[in-house]
Formats: sequence, C-alpha cells, structure tokens
Amino acid sequence: MADLSDQAIFEKVRSIIVEQLGVEENAVALETSFEALNADSLDIVELIMALEETFGMEIPDEDAEKILTVGAAVEYIKANS
Amino acid sequence: MLPENKQRVVITGLGVLSPIGIGKEDYWKALLQGKSGIGPVTRFDTSSFDSKIAGELKDFAPEQFLDRKEIRRMDRFAQFGVAAAKLAVGDAALEIDKENPEDIGVVMGSGIGGIETLCDQHNILLTKGPNRISPLFIPMIISNMAAGQIAISLGLKGPNITVVTACASGTNAIGEAYLMLRRGAAEVILAGGAEAPIVPVAMAGFCSMKAMSTNNDEPQRASRPFDRNRDGFVISEGAGVMVLETLGHASARGARIYGEVAGYGCTADGYHITAPEPEGAEAARAIRIALEDAGISPDQVDYINAHGTSTGLNDKIETMAIKKVLGDHAYRTPVSSIKSMIGHSLGAAGALEAIACALSISTGWVPPTINYEQPDLECDLDYVPNQARQCPVRVAVSNSFGFGGHNGVLVLKKFEG
Repeated sequence: MADLSDQAIFEKVRSIIVEQLGVEENAVALETSFEALNADSLDIVELIMALEETFGMEIPDEDAEKILTVGAAVEYIKANS
Repeated sequence: MLPENKQRVVITGLGVLSPIGIGKEDYWKALLQGKSGIGPVTRFDTSSFDSKIAGELKDFAPEQFLDRKEIRRMDRFAQFGVAAAKLAVGDAALEIDKENPEDIGVVMGSGIGGIETLCDQHNILLTKGPNRISPLFIPMIISNMAAGQIAISLGLKGPNITVVTACASGTNAIGEAYLMLRRGAAEVILAGGAEAPIVPVAMAGFCSMKAMSTNNDEPQRASRPFDRNRDGFVISEGAGVMVLETLGHASARGARIYGEVAGYGCTADGYHITAPEPEGAEAARAIRIALEDAGISPDQVDYINAHGTSTGLNDKIETMAIKKVLGDHAYRTPVSSIKSMIGHSLGAAGALEAIACALSISTGWVPPTINYEQPDLECDLDYVPNQARQCPVRVAVSNSFGFGGHNGVLVLKKFEG
C-alpha cells in the first residue's frame, strides 16, 4: 500500500465514500468535509472501519477523531500504511 | 357496540409487497386469478435442506422507495415495511405535509426482525472478529426498526410501537392500532407487518420442526390449506401496511374508505410453544370477542380469511374453532386461505390477510384457497376451492394464530355511514 500514489489512494477513499454515503463521485473532493456529505457518527465509524480494512491498517480512535475531511483521510493513509 | 366517546376506525389506504405482486392492484388481481407466488428458493443454496421452496418477492426494487444510503442502513424487513408504508400513504392520498405529524402513528408487527443482517454480521464476527462488526448492526436487526424507519422516512411523530406475536403479529398490530385510534391516541396510524425470513438458519429451524412442506418438486402445489394431503407450510416474505384513520379525520379530508375495522379479539392458548390447543377453545374465544366488540352476531359473518397455514394441526383446529363460534352458519360461510397462494409470511401474514379482507369488502369478491383437491373429513367447510367467487361481503373476519399460542382476530365491516 505504501506504493500507492496519492491519486490512487484518493480514488479508493472516494469509492468507499460513494458506496457508504450514497453520494455521487463528483461530490467528493480532497477538501470535502464528512460533515458536508451529511455523514453522521455511525457513518464515520463505518468509514474508518472500511479504510482500515481496505488499506490493511488500524486507526486508533484518537486519530480517527481528527480525520474530518477526505484529504485528511488520504494524508493519514499515506503517512501510516 | 361503541360507547359514544370512542372513535370509529376506517381503512383508507393499502400498501402491499407480496410474492404474487407489488402494490394492491397487482396483489388483488393475482389473488382473484388464483396465482401462486411459490417457487424454488433462489436466495441461497438449498441442496442440503429438506424444504427447498418459498414465496420470494419478485422484482422488488428498493431504489424505487429509498435512496442508496437508506437501503444500506436497513435489513430487508425494514425496507419492505417502509416500501409498503409509502405505497399505503400514496394509495390513501394522505398528504403528510398538510397534517400534524404528532397525530400520525405507526404500529408494525414482525416475527423476527432483521435476522438476515444478524446472520451476516455473525459470520463477520466469527471470521474477522468483533472490531469488524458494523456500527449499524444493532439498529438494523432490532424488530422495531420497520416502524422506526417508517416514522423517520415520513416524518411521523405519533405513537410508534411494534407488536411481536409470531405469526399473529400483523393481525395484532392492526388490532392494537385500532384500539389506539379508538381511544383517541392518534388520528391516523400506519399499521401492518413486515418479514424477511428466507435465510438459511430460519429455513433450517422450521425444517427441523417438521413444520414445512417438502413438496419441492411441485412448489406451486405445496401450500394446500385444508386439503387432505397438506404437509406443512411454505415460508414467504413481504409486507402489508394499512392506513387506518378515525372516521372524523377521514371524512374531513374526503378520504376513500375501503371498510371499517369494527372489532378485535386477542387471547392466548396458554398451552404449548408451537402446537395449537387441541379444542381450539381460545382461538374460538378470540373470534367471539372480536365479533362482540364489533356488535356483530356470528350469523352475520359473510367471509372468513383463515390463518390456514396448510399444516395438519392448524387447519383442523381452526375449522373446529370456526364451528364453535358460528355453529351451523359456519357451513354457509366461505372460508379461504390466501396462504395457498402467497405462503406464510409470518409477521406480515396478518397484515396481508387483513388487506385481502378489506378488498373483499370493497369489491364483493373473495379469493380462493388454491390446491384444494381432496377434502379432509375433519375440514368440512366451504373453503372457496380453487376459484375466486363473487360474493357481497359486509362482514369479514380475519384469523391469525402464532407460535406461543397467540390468537388474534379482526372483524372488518363495510362502511355504511
């Protein structure tokens, strides 16, 4: 996973968001916040779980709390996978 | 006889998801045609199951009723409930945004709730561990969620409960909704049942009890209530929802009225977890209570929609119970079981059957019991064999009897002002 380019990570994250939140691809950009996508607390937990599963990593709760935008998720994955 | 301070309750909308059709028009048309919705199970591999047949919904597209995110957050039983509720509200021409949402409640029935989601997530627990269980697991499986999600989808804030009485749930749900409206707890209640039980463990459980038909080679002939060669019930899925309103509320908005919910009887056998009490005494008493509640004498009953599961015991004992209450009039009263066509949808059954009664009253036709080929000496009533019958129905009775000995009976009447 460390070999994935930024774009590849973004696209994987985007497809998870599209699937889970039922939004369109073009609604999801790096600067989009999860709040703007109407994600509630259950959605966030589910998203974090899906990211852990897809990128083969554990994301502790205190780190997950700080991931508020799509871009922040991509950065975290890049830094930790 | 209703004391003056009790509201009358009428039926103004019907929503149906059944193995023979989606929507009340297709459903009723198929019932009168004697069409069977039973076939081989397609949802999973039944090679090692004794019973391989079921009544599955055909062409149900949840996207017609819910968006993608909503669908993901609901077990199929809740999806069915919401879809049927939306169909019923449309059929009633009930404009919720013009109503006070606090006056609109929901009472649904379900036997087992989100069992498919429970099984899927349990597999994940075993293969991937507890940290991979979905945060949506609990809200998806709990049996109240059909009612909860209906309220969320439609913005309803009136009294909201779920009734769980196994195969009597749908009937009891409508009965309890009727009582709530009668005492003025709401003006409108969406009432019915939803069930999505066609999953391996449930199927296996019913098979182990030897309760299900194993006529796998001829699925459409397997459900044969009251027939001498009946060999068990056929499981099915679906949902039925009625819009029930106080007469005052329905009249004020000029609603079309299918009929009136006039009586409700609720008793328990107090006998056995699965077998009905052999004399059908409490089942009979539930019928009697419902008729007394409606102020109707037994000889005024025009049609009985039976529980008629196609099991040896139910059909025989239900017949006895009917005779106990109606006496000789039982022999002049058409009694049919639509489970012969749609199978047994457990918590949804009572609702789908009450809907059939409402349609029999409003159209003057009664649906048949199909696959009736050899009479059983112990079941000697007129079961409307094989062909629907034109027959004015002013009073219809709907019976449901659930595991645990739960007896629920509704009396529906033609609305005559």
